[in-house]
Amino acid sequence: MPTATQVERTTIIRHSLLVRITHWLIFLAFVALLVTGIEILISHPRFYWGEVGNVNTHPIFTFHIPSSRDTVPTGYGYVLPDQNGWSRYLHFQAAWLLVLCGLVYLGYLIFTGHLSKHLFPTREQRSLRAYTSRVAQYIRRTKPADDELHTYNVLQRSAYLVVIFVLFPLILWTGLAMSPAVTTAFPLVSSLLGGRQSARTLHLFVTIALVLFLFVHVIMVAVSGFRARIRAMITGKAQLSETELTAKELP
Amino acid sequence: MNPITRRKLLTTGLAATAGAAGLITAARLARKYGLIPPDHSVLYGTGETLTYACQRVLTADRPLHDFPRSMISKQPFMNEIGKLPDAFKASQAVNFSDWRLTVDGLVDHPLSLSVADLRGLAMRSQITEVACEEGWSYVAEWIGTPLSLVLREAGLKPEVRYLAYFSIQPSWWESIDISEALNPGTLVTWAMNDGDLPVGFGGPLRLRVPRQLGYKSIKFLTRITATDSMKHFGKGLGSPSPEDGYAWYAGI
Repeated sequence: MPTATQVERTTIIRHSLLVRITHWLIFLAFVALLVTGIEILISHPRFYWGEVGNVNTHPIFTFHIPSSRDTVPTGYGYVLPDQNGWSRYLHFQAAWLLVLCGLVYLGYLIFTGHLSKHLFPTREQRSLRAYTSRVAQYIRRTKPADDELHTYNVLQRSAYLVVIFVLFPLILWTGLAMSPAVTTAFPLVSSLLGGRQSARTLHLFVTIALVLFLFVHVIMVAVSGFRARIRAMITGKAQLSETELTAKELP
Repeated sequence: MNPITRRKLLTTGLAATAGAAGLITAARLARKYGLIPPDHSVLYGTGETLTYACQRVLTADRPLHDFPRSMISKQPFMNEIGKLPDAFKASQAVNFSDWRLTVDGLVDHPLSLSVADLRGLAMRSQITEVACEEGWSYVAEWIGTPLSLVLREAGLKPEVRYLAYFSIQPSWWESIDISEALNPGTLVTWAMNDGDLPVGFGGPLRLRVPRQLGYKSIKFLTRITATDSMKHFGKGLGSPSPEDGYAWYAGI
């Protein structure tokens, strides 16, 4: 059957079904968390360090934006509509989606060997030189090496590892450190971070780091072929012509 | 495209059946142990239910954390309060000597207590934080009578699952589950930072629920009702908060 052979030869599986589903659900949760998080922030756009903070204490910084509450002095003569109720409800619902998908994805990473095979830098990549040469390659915009069709380069691996094992755990931790039920029962959750208000400020900083990652991630997708990459993350398949791989180079 | 093999079909089918059975069992257990909040049916009730159930299981029996005295906020933030009704002003004129806290519903001995009665009953002081859903917070010393001791005086019937509580401000009320009500941290508060509880902080009586956000700590407390279900209070969602779009459970 020539057609079947042709299909097999011209497409490669780039992302497994589980990765595709969790990727888009996490994306959905992230957008919901970001939008509702901004809504919640607007009700008190002042940030503090330590355990307590309110309009009687000094903020470490303030966003000079109008607020959705008239208890905050903003300098604006008006108050925005209060969106905190549904924002908080949705924020935690989306957080649950993120946590559950994250756990499924983490299980997949560990049990399929994806983590050691595609995310931990390989032996040759564990040097500063590996990083600098890949950065240089990005700057000079040289075509990626063929192995990058099947796996990630050292910068991608490092970025994904930081997001999965540093930023996401931190965003959850700083979030839980603002929960009165958690902090009255387990005070260390918040005191290790410097207190409730420090946790709130750190929650914002980690959010900014995650948004920066998203920004770079989308730019990279756009640079390397937006439609093909999005299609690959939806259908799982990448076309040979798109990857510019010759038949003999296929495994 | 990979063809769907018999093995794949079997594993997927088995996994789906196990998942469905697991969910049904989880729902049944959650209902049995009271892990379903009254506002579970609202638009974002799934997240609310998961949070409530998990936090109940993990934190129910934990002791309350007190802050050291040195951390008491020098200038606690007095949140704005609505226009107070005439009944409040009349009581304020006699220094709240005629203020009454009614305890009724599913109790053996309905009570009507003055602030002095409460002071005579028992005293507990705790240094806890008020955290508002807006993001601000302060720490204060709260002095009052543990709600659990008031409820012991009234004698709760075994079927009680929730305590609804009301302010003198019309249509301002909340409810908590029995586990929150019996937690030693839940305090019928009548003093703050070594003085009487100021009106701006909810005086003469405020129910402090330190394990939840500030909006559960109702000011100007007048009545507590023990019930087995929140169905017949307001719209049946547990309090006016979910009716305004806010979660009933405010532990997060």
